[in-house]
Amino acid sequence: MSLTRSDIDKIAHLARLELTEAEIPIYVDSLSRIIDFVGELDRAETQGITPMAHPLPGLAQRLRADVVLEIDQHERFQRNAPQVEAGLYLVPKVLE
Amino acid sequence: MSALPVQARTLAGLAKGLKQREFSSVELTRTFLDRIASSQPVLNAFVTVTHDAALAAAAVADRRLERGEAPALTGVPIAHKDIFCTEGVLTTCGSKMLSNFVSPYDATVVTRLKEAGTVMLGKANMDEFAMGSSNETSHFGPVRNPWNTAMVPGGSSGGSAAAVAARLAPAATATDTGGSIRQPAALCGVTGIKPTYGRVSRYGMIAFASSLDQGGLITISAEDAALLLGAISGFDPRDSTSVEAPVPDYTATLADSLAGVRIGLVREFFDAGLDPRCEARIREALTVYEKLGATLVDVSCPNLPLSVPTYYVVAPAECSSNLARFDGVRFGHRCENPKSLVDLYRRSRGEGFGAEVKRRIMTGTYVLSAGYYDAYYLKAQRVRELISRDFAAAFGHCDVLVGPTSPTPAFPIGAKTADPITMYLNDIYTIGANLAGLPGMSIPCGFADGLPVGLQLVGPHFSEARMLNIAHRYQTETDWHLRVPAAFA
Repeated sequence: MSLTRSDIDKIAHLARLELTEAEIPIYVDSLSRIIDFVGELDRAETQGITPMAHPLPGLAQRLRADVVLEIDQHERFQRNAPQVEAGLYLVPKVLE
Repeated sequence: MSALPVQARTLAGLAKGLKQREFSSVELTRTFLDRIASSQPVLNAFVTVTHDAALAAAAVADRRLERGEAPALTGVPIAHKDIFCTEGVLTTCGSKMLSNFVSPYDATVVTRLKEAGTVMLGKANMDEFAMGSSNETSHFGPVRNPWNTAMVPGGSSGGSAAAVAARLAPAATATDTGGSIRQPAALCGVTGIKPTYGRVSRYGMIAFASSLDQGGLITISAEDAALLLGAISGFDPRDSTSVEAPVPDYTATLADSLAGVRIGLVREFFDAGLDPRCEARIREALTVYEKLGATLVDVSCPNLPLSVPTYYVVAPAECSSNLARFDGVRFGHRCENPKSLVDLYRRSRGEGFGAEVKRRIMTGTYVLSAGYYDAYYLKAQRVRELISRDFAAAFGHCDVLVGPTSPTPAFPIGAKTADPITMYLNDIYTIGANLAGLPGMSIPCGFADGLPVGLQLVGPHFSEARMLNIAHRYQTETDWHLRVPAAFA
C-alpha cells in the first residue's frame, strides 16, 4: 500500500508533529514500506482468537485503595516547566 | 594511587574485594570514573557522568563498610541507562526532547539499587526513547562497539552494553521492549537479562510501549545478574502492572545440576537469515550443554516469523499514546514564540523528537486511526495471542529455549540506517519474548571474526532462577564472558 503526501500530512497533524518539507517525502516512503511490511499479518488465520492486551494471561489489572498517597509538590515538578506563573503552566492564548 | 585492575574482576569479585577491604569504594569508583573519562571520546557510552556525587556516595559506602554493617552491594559502582529517572540528575532518554530534564524523583529500580548500597557512576547513552537497535538514533551521538569502534554496539541499551564490555562499569541497568537488553549484550559480548513482564517495576522508567517494556540488567556474568536482579525485583505499588509474587534468592540455585534439563531448539530460530558463523557458535554451545547433562529437544513456534510485523503495530501504537505527554507545556523541549496552542504542540514535538521516534509515533497514529484500528491493531493483538500460545506449547516439551540472540554479529555504523525495516529485522529472534512477556537472556558464546556472538535463553514466565542457573553453568565451563577487548584490557 502506498501512502500519499496528504496521508502523511493528516497523520502528522493527528500526532501533532510539525514536519519540514525535506522530511515529508522520507516519511511517505518509509511509512508506506512499514505498512506493507505489517500487512504480512494478513497471512495469519486469527478467526475466533481473542486479541491479547496483557502479556501475563489471567492477571487482572490491580486497583489501589482510594486513599490519598501523594503530597502536593507542584513547585518541585514545575521546575522543569518551560513557563510558569503563579503556579500555573503558561500556554499561548486559547480563547480570544 | 595507581588504577586498580578492575577489568579482571566480575561485579561479584569486586563486591568481595570491598568486603575484605582489599580496596576502598572511593579507589574503585575513581578507577571506573577514570576509565569512563578516557574512553568517552572513543566510545561515547555515557550522556552524563556523576563524578562528584559518585565519589561522595563511595565515601559514605566506605564508612559503612568499615563499620561492617553494609548490605552485599555496598560501594559497588554501576551505571544507569538514561531511561531511568534519577533525582536531581539529567535524565534525557537519549532525546533532544528531554535534553533539559532534571528528574524530580528516582525510578524504583534506582531507589532499590541505592538501598542495596551501589554507587551511581552516571547515565548510559541509548537510542532515543529506546527506539533503535544500533544506538544510532541517540540525540547525543552513536555509541561505538568496544570490540571494533567502526561497529555499532547494538541497541537500544548500547551505552550500558558498551560500558560493561569495556569495563567502564561492572554492571549497568537497561530496558528491553523488543530486544534492547539482549541484542546489545550479544553484540558487545556481555551478559544481559530481561526479566518476566511485571517482575521489575516500571515506575520512573520512561515509557515506550507499556505492554512490552521491562527493566533488567547488563552484567559481566550470570552470577552478577543474579545478585543485582534480586535487588531490583519485586512488587511495587507504584506500577499497576507490577506482579505480587515472592522474589527467590537467585544466587542460591546458580550451581544446580543441569542433568535432565530439556533444552528446546526452536526451528524458526535457525532460519535462512541466521549468519552461519553465529549458528556455528550456537551449535558449539549446545555441545557444552549436552556435556552438562542437558538433553536437546526440537520444537516449533510456527507463528514466530510474524513477531516483527506484530511488534511494529503494537509497539508504535503504544508509543504514539505514551509520547503524547511530551507537549512542550509541563517539561521538555518547547519551541520559540508559539503562535497558538496547536503550533506549540506541533513545533515543540517536531523539533524535540528525532527521525525514528517521529516515524514510530506516526506509524502508531496510523494503525490506531479510524478505519484502520481493526485491520492493524486488533489483528496484531490476535497474532500476539497466537505467538504466546506457540511459546506455551513449546514449554510443554522443554524447560528453556536456546538459540541465537541476533542474526548477525555487530554491523558497521551507518550500514542499516537507510532502510528502517532492515534495522527492525535485527530483533527477529528477541521480539517474541516481549510479545509473550517471557524472560530472556543473552550470554557470550564465542566470536565471529573478532566480534562477539550471543546465545539467547528464553524461559517460561518467572523462570529467572532457572535461566540464571542454566547461564551460570555454561559460564563455569567457558570463559567467553570474561574476555575484555584489547584496548580496554
